[in-house]
Amino acid sequence: MDLSIFFEILSSTIRMSVPLILACLAGLWSERSGIVDIGLEGKILTGAFAAASASFYFQSAWAGLFFAVIISVCMALVHGYASITQRGNQVVSGVAINMLALGLTSVIGNSWFKQGGRTPALGDTTRFMPINFPGRESLFNLPVVGAISKIFLDHSVLTYLAFAMVPLSAWALAKTRFGLRLRAVGENPHAVDTAGISVAKLRYQAVIIAGILCGVAGAYLSTSLSASFVRDMSAGRGYMALTALIFANWRAWPALYACLLFGFLQAIANFLQGVKLFGFEIPVQFFNALPYVMTVILLAGFIGKSIPPRASGVPYTKDR
Amino acid sequence: MSQRGELPTWVDIGLIPLINLAIALFISGLVVVIIGENPFRALWIMLEGALGSVKGWSYMFYYATNFIFTGLCVAVAFHAGLFNIGGDGQAYVAGLGAATPGLLLGGALAAVLPAGISQPITILIALLGSIVMGAAYGWVPGYLQAKRGSHIVITTIMFNFIASSLMVYLINNVFRPVGKMAVESRSIDDAYILNFRELGRLVGVKLPSSPLNPVVLLAFLAAFLVWYLLWRTKLGYEIRAVGANTDAAIYAGIKPQRIIMIAMAISGGLAGLVAFNEIIGVQHRLLLDFVGGAGFVGIAVALMGRSHPLGIVFAALLFGLLYQGGTELSFAIQTISRDMIVVIQGLVILFMGALEDAFRPWLSALFFKVED
Repeated sequence: MDLSIFFEILSSTIRMSVPLILACLAGLWSERSGIVDIGLEGKILTGAFAAASASFYFQSAWAGLFFAVIISVCMALVHGYASITQRGNQVVSGVAINMLALGLTSVIGNSWFKQGGRTPALGDTTRFMPINFPGRESLFNLPVVGAISKIFLDHSVLTYLAFAMVPLSAWALAKTRFGLRLRAVGENPHAVDTAGISVAKLRYQAVIIAGILCGVAGAYLSTSLSASFVRDMSAGRGYMALTALIFANWRAWPALYACLLFGFLQAIANFLQGVKLFGFEIPVQFFNALPYVMTVILLAGFIGKSIPPRASGVPYTKDR
Repeated sequence: MSQRGELPTWVDIGLIPLINLAIALFISGLVVVIIGENPFRALWIMLEGALGSVKGWSYMFYYATNFIFTGLCVAVAFHAGLFNIGGDGQAYVAGLGAATPGLLLGGALAAVLPAGISQPITILIALLGSIVMGAAYGWVPGYLQAKRGSHIVITTIMFNFIASSLMVYLINNVFRPVGKMAVESRSIDDAYILNFRELGRLVGVKLPSSPLNPVVLLAFLAAFLVWYLLWRTKLGYEIRAVGANTDAAIYAGIKPQRIIMIAMAISGGLAGLVAFNEIIGVQHRLLLDFVGGAGFVGIAVALMGRSHPLGIVFAALLFGLLYQGGTELSFAIQTISRDMIVVIQGLVILFMGALEDAFRPWLSALFFKVED
């Protein structure tokens, strides 16, 4: 294995991490407000479909992003209505969102484009391509420095947006009044209610933020990482983001590290297909399963302890 | 007369599911309109595809077989207050227990015993193997919830993915014969349940081809046994007590940790029967993704059937109808793909599971207005 593969893996790690980071932060916002979000997967999927379709229809990646966010927020509001207004079971609602997303994107995509649920391939002008920094080519052509800088600079604007959302979320949750209230509503909604602040409004805001972030994650999948939407293209990323969130103990910065780690495992799995290490072929499935195995072990309290927000999953009812 | 604000049972278990189903179908109809087709024609094709021929009925019962198993799987866990999303993974791993006896043991037994004896023995071992593997894979999340405090929903989701990776690896690297291109095991001839078409041929009755086989009877038996377990045995009472009120159950001397693990094992064992049906009764080999999302259909079925075995049988038949009708629909109208069923499924889960109370106040107001 030579060094260039190593650089490739690192670059791929970043690409693989982006949708995880966005979805994981979406989960963070939602769950910190006390709304369990199994439906990340479904929102990413609808976002990806909306982005690819709108981007093709309007011939603009930004239009794609816009519709991805709108549609994903709509799905989030369905979840919000079920779990906040109707006080329904949040897990059940999330499962329903995921199924609806899978079914609707496939049925509608199939009828619109007649390509078995696939959307038409997007050209470079209608996708989010790596940003064309001035002097980019000459920098990449340098020995060593070029290869290293390529790991970090050969990405689209959505990638940088995703990474920027980490400090932003961490700051907003920890330092702003809104963030403080939002965290409080996930720990002790009665206290927040007593202070005269609307629990439902805060939770709806959190759910909408989650919708926006998932929409961006979807747009990244279909208009940046690949050039069209295919059936079930989120391929469990929403669940993996949820896993990363638990692994990170519901905190923004650890969430970034967990997503990078899981993204790294995905990148390795892609690159090491059939490659022998020390005369022994490590099965790809091992890397695919590793994030889940690690999280199960973590959840079981064998390494550290993962503690969810206290009121998460509990519908809020005012005491009479 | 029932108290004001509380609806009579027939409304609760009959009318509300029907209203929710109607709304789910109505929204699905809107989707059909949006993609430019006639929803009534679509509904007619679905009904005719499932109910218009012996073949349609056979397929409907074949699908329902798996859905009864997974519906019961979800329901038993529900009664213990647990939400088992892991039916898919439990059924998938149970494939090992279903396939291995026929592949390893069947040949040896067939060598020493006449086929009339070695076959039933191998099939029985495969049946036990399916149940045991499914139960074990359900027990672990139960253990982690009971003893280590991990949340069952999260763990079972993880276990679905772990099962998927594990099975892909095992089928590809262990079960696939050398040189075979398709990722599947060799055919399992030593534990082979004839389907009804093949059985009919033995006695000279011509039946249309379908995967329906006698395991469907096992599904009805399982529904009866689950009902008996839950409402006629001490263990069943304990399961329901833990689900209804854990504190009260503890006060009554029940150990919820033990019940959680047992309930999850039973739940997983029921999911495991899907593997028995698919591998021994239908596919006759271990192959990738043979569960086909039946575990998730089970959630819809259990919600629709109000977690009662009888309700689950009807709900499973309904979903069998939707699956068979949906397949015919996708052949008849090309623009409506088979995933339409997934949409309906999602809507049923949304309205039955998460929005079930949305219409209750409205319905209850209406009901008592009429009664007054």
